[in-house]
Amino acid sequence: MTSLTPFEFIIQQAINAISIGSIYALMAIGLTMVFGILRLINFAHGDLIMVGSYATLFLTLAGVPFWIAVGGGIAISCLTGLLMERVAYRPIRGAQDVSMLLTSFAVTIFLENIAILMFSPSSRPFPAPGLLNSAMNFGALRVNSVDIIAIVVAGILLILLTFFITRTDMGTSMRAVSQDLLASRLMGINTNRVFVTAFGIGSILAGIVGILWSARVGKIDPLMGFYPVLKAFVACVIGGLGSLPGAVMGGYILGFLEILLQGILPASLTPFRDAFVFSILIVLLLFRPNGLLGSTEMEKF
Amino acid sequence: MLKVENIEVYYGHIHALKGVSLDVREGELVSLLGANGAGKSTMLMTISGIIRPRIGTVTYQDIDLTKKIPEEIVLQGIVQCPEGRRIFGSLTVIENLRMGAVRRKDRAELKKDLEWVFSLFPVLEARISQSGATLSGGEQQMLAIGRSLMAKPRLLMLDEPSLGLAPLVVQEIFKVIQQLHQQGVTILLVEQNARQAMAIADRCYLLETGHVVLSGTAADLKSNIAVEQFYLGGTAK
Amino acid sequence: MQNNPKKHFSPLGTGLVLVAGFFGLLAFINFGASSYIQRIMIGLCISIILVVSLNLSSGFTGVFSLGHIGFMAIGAYTAAILTLPLSLKLAYLPDLPGWLENTQLAFLPATLIGGLLAMLVAFLFGVSVMRLTGPYVGVATLGFLVIVNVILVNWDSMTRGARTFSGVPPFTDIWWVGGWTAVTIYVIWRLARSSYGRQMMAIRDNQIAAQSLGISVLRMRLLAFCVSAFFTAVAGSLWAHFIQSFSPKAFLFVETFAIITMLIAGGMGSISGSVIGAVGITILAEILRNAERGVNLGFVHIPPVYGASQIIMAVIFIVLIIFRPEGIMGKRELNFSQLFSFTFRRKKRKEVTSQ
Repeated sequence: MTSLTPFEFIIQQAINAISIGSIYALMAIGLTMVFGILRLINFAHGDLIMVGSYATLFLTLAGVPFWIAVGGGIAISCLTGLLMERVAYRPIRGAQDVSMLLTSFAVTIFLENIAILMFSPSSRPFPAPGLLNSAMNFGALRVNSVDIIAIVVAGILLILLTFFITRTDMGTSMRAVSQDLLASRLMGINTNRVFVTAFGIGSILAGIVGILWSARVGKIDPLMGFYPVLKAFVACVIGGLGSLPGAVMGGYILGFLEILLQGILPASLTPFRDAFVFSILIVLLLFRPNGLLGSTEMEKF
Repeated sequence: MLKVENIEVYYGHIHALKGVSLDVREGELVSLLGANGAGKSTMLMTISGIIRPRIGTVTYQDIDLTKKIPEEIVLQGIVQCPEGRRIFGSLTVIENLRMGAVRRKDRAELKKDLEWVFSLFPVLEARISQSGATLSGGEQQMLAIGRSLMAKPRLLMLDEPSLGLAPLVVQEIFKVIQQLHQQGVTILLVEQNARQAMAIADRCYLLETGHVVLSGTAADLKSNIAVEQFYLGGTAK
Repeated sequence: MQNNPKKHFSPLGTGLVLVAGFFGLLAFINFGASSYIQRIMIGLCISIILVVSLNLSSGFTGVFSLGHIGFMAIGAYTAAILTLPLSLKLAYLPDLPGWLENTQLAFLPATLIGGLLAMLVAFLFGVSVMRLTGPYVGVATLGFLVIVNVILVNWDSMTRGARTFSGVPPFTDIWWVGGWTAVTIYVIWRLARSSYGRQMMAIRDNQIAAQSLGISVLRMRLLAFCVSAFFTAVAGSLWAHFIQSFSPKAFLFVETFAIITMLIAGGMGSISGSVIGAVGITILAEILRNAERGVNLGFVHIPPVYGASQIIMAVIFIVLIIFRPEGIMGKRELNFSQLFSFTFRRKKRKEVTSQ
C-alpha cells in the first residue's frame, strides 16, 4: 500500500476532524438549546444517545430492518427526553441552577443503572450495515463511510435547524424565550410548548448522534453517554453556553483540537490528550469567561 | 370591564399590596400613580398573572382571572408592556412585532395591524430589519408598545413608558398613547411622571406603599394639594 | 428558689459534651459492636468528612465544585505511595524516582502531606478559575477531575496507571477516623462562625451586595476551596488505608453522587445538616444494599435486584429536590447549647414541681 503524501494526510485528518466535529456539534446544539431556554445543563442528554442506540439494537434483533430500527431508536430517544422533561425537570423549573444541574445527574444515574440492570454492563456490538461502516479508498486515502455520512447528515440538519430557528414562529419564539422569559410570557408565548419543543429537538439530535457514534465505535454499553455529553458540554462552553452558533462552532473547534493534538503530541504524551484539551479549555475560559461568542465581561473581583 | 377587588399580594414576607381595589371601564385611560416601590408594577404583574394574590380577585368582563396562567390572560386580551421595555434585543424589529402576535389566529388581520403600528411609529418601519438591541431607548419603547399592540389588546397596560427617556421623546410617546386612547383602546397606564400622566388620563389612582390613598378623575387629583406637593414638585419643602 | 434565669450551656461546655459523647460512642463501637458495624461507622465518618468539606466549598459559597473527588484521589494516592512499605514499593512501583523509593512515612505525616498537596493544587487551580461564574466554574472543575484522572491513569511509574493499587497498609481504624472527623467538623465550624464564614455566606446570599461591602469574592471562594480540598484529601487517605486497594476508577464523578445526596438531604449550608444527612443516607443505603440480596418476608419474596439501590437513591434525590430542596436543616444549624439548656431546664422544672 502506498503511503500518504503530506497533502493526503492532511485531508484524511481534516475529514476525521470535521466528522467528529459534526457529531460534537449536533450533541452540543441539543445541550445548548435546553440551557438557553431553561437554564438547565442536562447531563442526562448523554444517556439519550445510549437509549436510542439500545432501542435500535433491540429492534434490529427483533427482525426490524435496520433503517426502520434507526427511526424507532430516534423516536424512543425523543420520547425519553420528553418524559425526562415532564417528570424530572418541569416540577423544579425556576429552582436554583445548582439544583437543576444535580437533578440532571440524578436522572443520569437512574437511566444508566436501569440500563445496567436490563442490559448488563458489558458492551454489545452495534449492527451497523455496510453503508455505515465501509472503508472507502481514494488512492492511498482511507475514509470510513460513517465519517462522510456524519458530515453530510450534520450539514443537512444544520441547514434545517437554521431555517427553523430563523424563519418559523416556533423558532423565533424559542429565541425570544431564551432571551427574556418574562417578556415572552407577557406576550402570551406558550412557554410550555417552547420548552417541550426544545427538549424534543435536542433529543432527536441525540438519537441521531447515537446512531453515528455507535456505528463509529462499533459497540454500545450503558455508560456510553458519559464521554459524548462531556465533550458536548465542553463544545458549548467554548462557543458560549446558550448560543446555537456557538455550540456548532465549539463542536468543530473541539473536533479539530482533538485531532490536532493527537497529531502534534509526542507518542509518550498522546494518552494525556484529554488533559491537554481541558487545560486549553480552562485557559480559554480565563480570557473569555463566557465562551468565544459570549460577552467578555468578567466578574470584577 | 376590569375589576380588581381587595387584593393582598406578597413577595415572600413582604406585603406589597394591601387590600387594593381598582377598576377600568371600557374606553377609559386610567392612570396608576405613585413613587418608586409603591406597588404599581406589582399590580400589573398580578393582573397579568405572573404573581398570584393571596386574597382577592381580578375579574375581566366577569371572567375570573385570578387563577389563570399568564398565557391565558393574554389570550383574554389583557396585554402588558412591561417596565424597562424588555424587547428581544437579538430579534429584529419585525420579529419582535411578530412575537407580539404569535398567539393570534386571525392571520389576515395581522397585516392590517402591522400597518396600524407603523402608522403610529413610522420609525419602526424605517428600521424594520434592524435588531432590537441597536435601537435607541425611545425607539425601543415604541417597539415595546408596538409589540403589545400586535397582540390586539382589549386592555393595554403600560408600565412606566417614560422611564429613562429624554423629555422630547417622552412627549412623542405620550402623544401616541393619547392617540391610542382616542382610537378607543382601553389603557391602564402606570407612571411615575404624574404630570404627563394626569394630562391625558380620565381617572387616576394614587398608590403609596401598597395602599390606594387617592382616586378620582384627573381634575380631582390635580386640585388636590397633597398631590401637588409630593408628586408635581409643588412649592412647599 | 425562684426560676433560674435562662441558663444556657456555655459554648465550651456544649463542645465538651459533644466531643465526649462522640468519643464515647466510638469506644462503645470499638469494643462492643460487631466488625460489620465498625466498618459502617468508619465509612460513615469518612462520608461525614467528605460531605462537610463539600458543604464548605459548595454550600457556603454557592459555587458547585463538580470535580471535588479529584482531591480525594490526590490524597489517597499521595498518602498510599508514601506509606507503602519499602519492600512492596520495590515490587509494585519499580520505577519510582529515587527519593521516593526509599521513603516510607507513618500514617499521619503521609496524610498531612496528601492534604497539603491537594491544598496547593486547589490554590493554583482556584486562583485561575474562581473568577468564573455559574456553569462555567462547574465545567472547569469537571475539567480538573478529567485532568487528574488522565494523569492517574497514565503516570504508570507513580500510580500503577489503571491497574489496582494494592497493598496499602490498613492504618485506618475507628480512632483515626473519629479524630479526623472531629478535627474537620471543628475547623470548618469555626471557619463558618468566623468573619470569613460570614463573608462567605454574604457572598452566597447576594454577591453584588457583598462586593459593595468590600468583601473579596475571589479570596473567600479560594479560602473555602483550599480548606475543603485539604480535608477531602485527608478523607481520601483515610479511605485508601481502609479499603487497602483501589484504582483511578474509584474517583470518577459518579462516586460523588452519594455524597451529593447526603449534602442535599442535610441542607447545603448547614454543618449539622451534613452530619444528619450523612447518617441518614448511610443507614438508608445499607438497608437498600441488604434488600438487594432479596427480601424474604415469609409469604412475599422479593428477588435480588443488584443495582437497585443506586436507582432508588437517584429517585430519592429527585424527590428531595422537588419537594424539599433546602434539605432537612436548610441553612440553619442545630443549636446544641440551646438543646442542652432546654433539657437541663426541664429537669429543673420537674424537680421544682415535684416539691
